[in-house]
Amino acid sequence: MSETHAHSAAFVRTAILPPAAPPPGQTGVLRWMRENLFSSIPNALLTLLALYFVYTILAAILPWTLNGIWDAGSLTECRAIRDERGLSTAACWAVINERWLQLLFGFYPIDAPLLARLFYADELAAAGGMDAVFGPGSNATARIEFVGTMRAELGNALVFFFGYWRPLLALALLVVAVAPVLYNNLPRGMLIFSLIYPFLAVFLLWGGSIWGPISVALGLALSLYILKYAGARFGGLLGGLAMIVTLLCFFFNPLSLLGISGLFPLLPHVSGLLGTILPFGLPAITSDDFGGFMLAIIIGTSGIVLSLPLGIVLALGRQSSMPLIKWVCVTFIEVIRGVPLIVWLFTASLLLNYFLPPGTNFDLLLRVIIMVTLFASAYLAEVVRGGLAALPKGQYEAADSLGLDYWKSMRLIVLPQALKISIPGIVNTFIGLFKDTTLVVFIGLRDPLGLTNAIRATGEWNGIYWELYVFVALLFFVFCFFMSRYSMYLERKLATDRR
Amino acid sequence: MADLTAPPRESFRLSQLLYDARYRSLTIQVVAAILIMLLLVELVNNTVTNLAALGKDIDFGFLGTTAGYDINQQIIPFSSQDTHARAALVGILNTLLVAVLGCILATVIGVLAGVLRLSKNWLVARIMTVYVEAMRNTPLLIWIYIVFAVMTEATPLPRDFREGGSSSMIFWDSVAITNRGVYLPAPVWGAGSGIVVAIFLLSIAAIFVLRSYARKKQEQTGQQLPVLWMSLGLLIVPALLAFFVMGRPITLQYPELGGFNFEGGIQVRNSFIALWLALSLYTSAFIAEIVRSGILAVSKGQTEAAFALGIQPNRTMQLIILPQALRVIIPPLISQYLNLTKNSSLAIAVGYMDVRSTLGGITINQTGRELEGMLLLGLFYLITSLIISSLMNVYNSSVKLKER
Repeated sequence: MSETHAHSAAFVRTAILPPAAPPPGQTGVLRWMRENLFSSIPNALLTLLALYFVYTILAAILPWTLNGIWDAGSLTECRAIRDERGLSTAACWAVINERWLQLLFGFYPIDAPLLARLFYADELAAAGGMDAVFGPGSNATARIEFVGTMRAELGNALVFFFGYWRPLLALALLVVAVAPVLYNNLPRGMLIFSLIYPFLAVFLLWGGSIWGPISVALGLALSLYILKYAGARFGGLLGGLAMIVTLLCFFFNPLSLLGISGLFPLLPHVSGLLGTILPFGLPAITSDDFGGFMLAIIIGTSGIVLSLPLGIVLALGRQSSMPLIKWVCVTFIEVIRGVPLIVWLFTASLLLNYFLPPGTNFDLLLRVIIMVTLFASAYLAEVVRGGLAALPKGQYEAADSLGLDYWKSMRLIVLPQALKISIPGIVNTFIGLFKDTTLVVFIGLRDPLGLTNAIRATGEWNGIYWELYVFVALLFFVFCFFMSRYSMYLERKLATDRR
Repeated sequence: MADLTAPPRESFRLSQLLYDARYRSLTIQVVAAILIMLLLVELVNNTVTNLAALGKDIDFGFLGTTAGYDINQQIIPFSSQDTHARAALVGILNTLLVAVLGCILATVIGVLAGVLRLSKNWLVARIMTVYVEAMRNTPLLIWIYIVFAVMTEATPLPRDFREGGSSSMIFWDSVAITNRGVYLPAPVWGAGSGIVVAIFLLSIAAIFVLRSYARKKQEQTGQQLPVLWMSLGLLIVPALLAFFVMGRPITLQYPELGGFNFEGGIQVRNSFIALWLALSLYTSAFIAEIVRSGILAVSKGQTEAAFALGIQPNRTMQLIILPQALRVIIPPLISQYLNLTKNSSLAIAVGYMDVRSTLGGITINQTGRELEGMLLLGLFYLITSLIISSLMNVYNSSVKLKER
């Protein structure tokens, strides 16, 4: 057919023409600009306005940032260098260069003996050896002077890696512990380490005898075992009660109302016994020395880890058909959410001692962590409640009709779906919690923002603002931005509905 | 046909309390009630013991005693001779002032940023994304410190405003931005100004009447009145006429440089501006996201259906998109307002005298009544949020989709 046609017509093209190039205004950058920047006159005006805006901002910030002076001993030196170079504006990054360790770790003590042994052996020998400088009964003033010169001579990088090996190791292990939770293609065996990690981190950061954290772990494991054993034998309710009693005996003194003390809590007995059998530990560091961004990470991480289960339980409690449980949860959630965190933090620092048994006085950092956890869990409860409410009723009914009991139906059917729906809200709450850790500055903990004030209070850096704020803001931004990106990744990965 | 036999009547056994779903919830609640009671008894017992050990009691009488401290920003008159209760009230008003103004500014910026983030203009959308991400991922406290540092460090001293100085006032010599605060012209209410204000209020009322009349007329006849222009006219013309007829009773007192500082006018403190701007900027980023998701939540089919009906684009926005988007936007928006109100307690960072610094700060320090003071402070915030959230519930139920 086609051949006949070819013979009858005067000309038939046999080869397909190559496609002609589109008109110049319709390709590449030009087209993109036309569509996205100059599609109409108002749009073009908007673009020009935005360009001017960006130019103004960059013209103000870029020279300041890039001209920054990294090497100076004080703000006056910085200004002198700036004038010498003939610059109108220049950031004084020297303050970060000099103080970044302090902004990261606060006044957390460095492992001076280790540093001295590794890198400062000659001077240590000259000063009389390890025992003379660091041993018991050594001269404190001489030691402080020795450590000071050593820090100055070794430089910040060495001090960072070897002086602060304990918090650094804790952070590195935190990544290892969190990884299998975040990415489920990693081997599941790693989860065991995630369970061990909290106790390990406490040991690394606070030091002291290793048996303290181990005894706490033992107590918790014992309670869980009792829950499981008694639960299987006598039913969930009795099992739960047995667990509560075990926890009370191990960590508290249930007989305090009767005025009997000494026997309970069991915790110090266990750790004391283990400690006498096999003493092992790191130098103890008190919470007062904690500070800087490390403090934000410690409070933020513990708050996040502890508040999620509590928040889920509160959300389930709020949905409960038992009026008492429901109203207790509602009251708790509304009261916590109705009052700002800062008031709760003041409560923790001013009032908590009123509510505790006379004579108890526990760590301010621990109190803050508890308060932040309670605070975040109330917000999480509302987020999770939204997820629970968004789930079609058929899912609950299907779980019931399969004959699953309450906890099984929640664990296997309802919560996986509800939590998936509420991921964005959960992560937002976590980000909020992490940002709110800065508020601890008001009750006397040395968070990074508090340290910027402390640095400004020194003679050398009096009057320096922006460099410190930019540094701290960037630190927070990196962490929060990672969290929000991770939540987006998780949403995409868990999206099972077809769109 | 077999006789219907009554089901065997089970006698109640004790084990049913544990194993029968009908009774188990009762058992659990009783156990929970006992545990909660024990906890409460322990708490109250501890508190009473601890207070007794310190020789304190619970007494709110301190509210009636003389405060003895000054508050640098007062909406109602306050002197150090007034009571602690009045100091708390001044603090509450300051909190509410910064919260209300913050909500307004945050909404304006937030809506703008949210809409612009959806803009087809790539550059504008990117700028807004950067803005929103920067605000959302850094702590509010840093922003408060930064704005405060800008206000105190990057603004000129009052003496720079002298003749030949490096700075000058803006807006026709009426506003001075100094490192001691912003000085604005203050209105002076002369004789007859009350009539002008009354007429202004009356014309606002008239606008509402006009709007309801216009709506009624449109429903009955289909005629549309130019409501916007008529409202604007009503708002401005009568009050302006009255202003001139009464012989310009309201005048402005401009701030003037006298000695080392500005005198006259209204001084807006840097602490207030820092808190207000930082709260607004921070919250506006969250509002922007809420607005954006609200607009995206209205499906495109709605717009297309409206166009198919021949409705103009701006009326489509007004009649079709906005009402549906608002249903999604308003509840989280109000919870952002709530957050802003609670975050205003960060006033402590810049020394703004809000309720936390008066009642929960100086009063507690002076009287040593931390238990009572914190209780009242907590109650204030709690009641405020309960009121706002119950308003939200009323609104929610009024706009809820009426599904059958």
